[in-house]
Amino acid sequence: MMKLYNGKIILLGLAVFVGIVTFPFWFNMGKAAPAPVLKLDTPVIAKMPVKQCVRPTAFMKAGHMQLLNQWRDTVVRDNNRVAPDQAGVMREMSLSNTCMECHSNKTEFCDKCHNYVSVAPYCWNCHIQPKENS
Amino acid sequence: MDKTRRNFLKVVGLAAAAGLVLKPAGKGFAMDLVRRVPEGAAPTDKALKAGRWAMVVDTKKFTDASREAVMEACRKAHNIPVMRDPRHALKWIWDENYENAFPEQMNEHIPEYQKKNKVLVMCNNCANPACVRVCPTKATFKRPDGIVMMDYHRCIGCRFCMAACPYGSRSFNFEDPRKSLTEIDPSYPTRTKGVVEKCNFCAERLARGMQPACVAACRNKELIFGDATDPKSEVSRILDERFNIRRRPELGTQPQVYYLT
Repeated sequence: MMKLYNGKIILLGLAVFVGIVTFPFWFNMGKAAPAPVLKLDTPVIAKMPVKQCVRPTAFMKAGHMQLLNQWRDTVVRDNNRVAPDQAGVMREMSLSNTCMECHSNKTEFCDKCHNYVSVAPYCWNCHIQPKENS
Repeated sequence: MDKTRRNFLKVVGLAAAAGLVLKPAGKGFAMDLVRRVPEGAAPTDKALKAGRWAMVVDTKKFTDASREAVMEACRKAHNIPVMRDPRHALKWIWDENYENAFPEQMNEHIPEYQKKNKVLVMCNNCANPACVRVCPTKATFKRPDGIVMMDYHRCIGCRFCMAACPYGSRSFNFEDPRKSLTEIDPSYPTRTKGVVEKCNFCAERLARGMQPACVAACRNKELIFGDATDPKSEVSRILDERFNIRRRPELGTQPQVYYLT
């Protein structure tokens, strides 16, 4: 049997340490913010006969950032400015002029999720966000 | 099990093989995310193409008013603010005294109008650009059609390019340029604090089949823009016929802005 010197103080210290480290988890237990629901009801989308994005919704949810990076590199570096969307229609690869034309509600469409997952993309330091009437 | 090197390698090998077999069953669009270029990407139908873009500046035709109109057109097209602090000035196309634009041409006896009139200068979009050679991130690069482009997404603001450029054609954003902009054209981005910017021969307008904004703002053909490799283009014809000079050609940068004096 091993002897633990100063056992009381060590165990107490360990308990305090574990308590502090895990504080955020048990303090916020059961208080998870509900996942945001995105609003897609912009005027442009409302007028569309077939409500369809440039890629399937599942793809856009998981990979819109990679798609935007692809678009950026293709346009800036290769000077190829249009590409077919999922329906085969040629679209300009532009955040401000293509994405935001339909999704003109940046605060509802972009910011809600980005705030929820605490990411701060710097797109809008340069690209100009559409005017929202609210 | 024995902890021998042999057994360890066996386990790792089996795990890797299992990973290879199981992976394609995963997400269907994984490959689409990895591919750098979207399938079917192309230039627009209307895009203007050239072997090497070049600009001709007819200095004699310019007046103070027409120079200002040209500079204003550029500022509007690219959301370039006029900075209060001249050290923070953002220069795409601007005017210089003749002796500053062409220091080696400033002879004791030159025509009075040359001494007096200012000269419009811009990025020369050199065929052998010094800025591209020094850029550590390839944020600035030369396109096959000769345009020296900036990829602001990659610029880290080191300003090596500004030190390399012999023409002072590059400007650094020491502050957020939006604070000094009175009106913004939403179709063209602004820049952000900490990146270098310069004239891009209006690559975004060429892609839509339009002439550069400064050329379009000319009433009297003061600026002519075209393909220097096409012997039938207007630019080539003018340069073949008329005496022209370039800024500091002795440096070997091969500037693509030609001046008729």
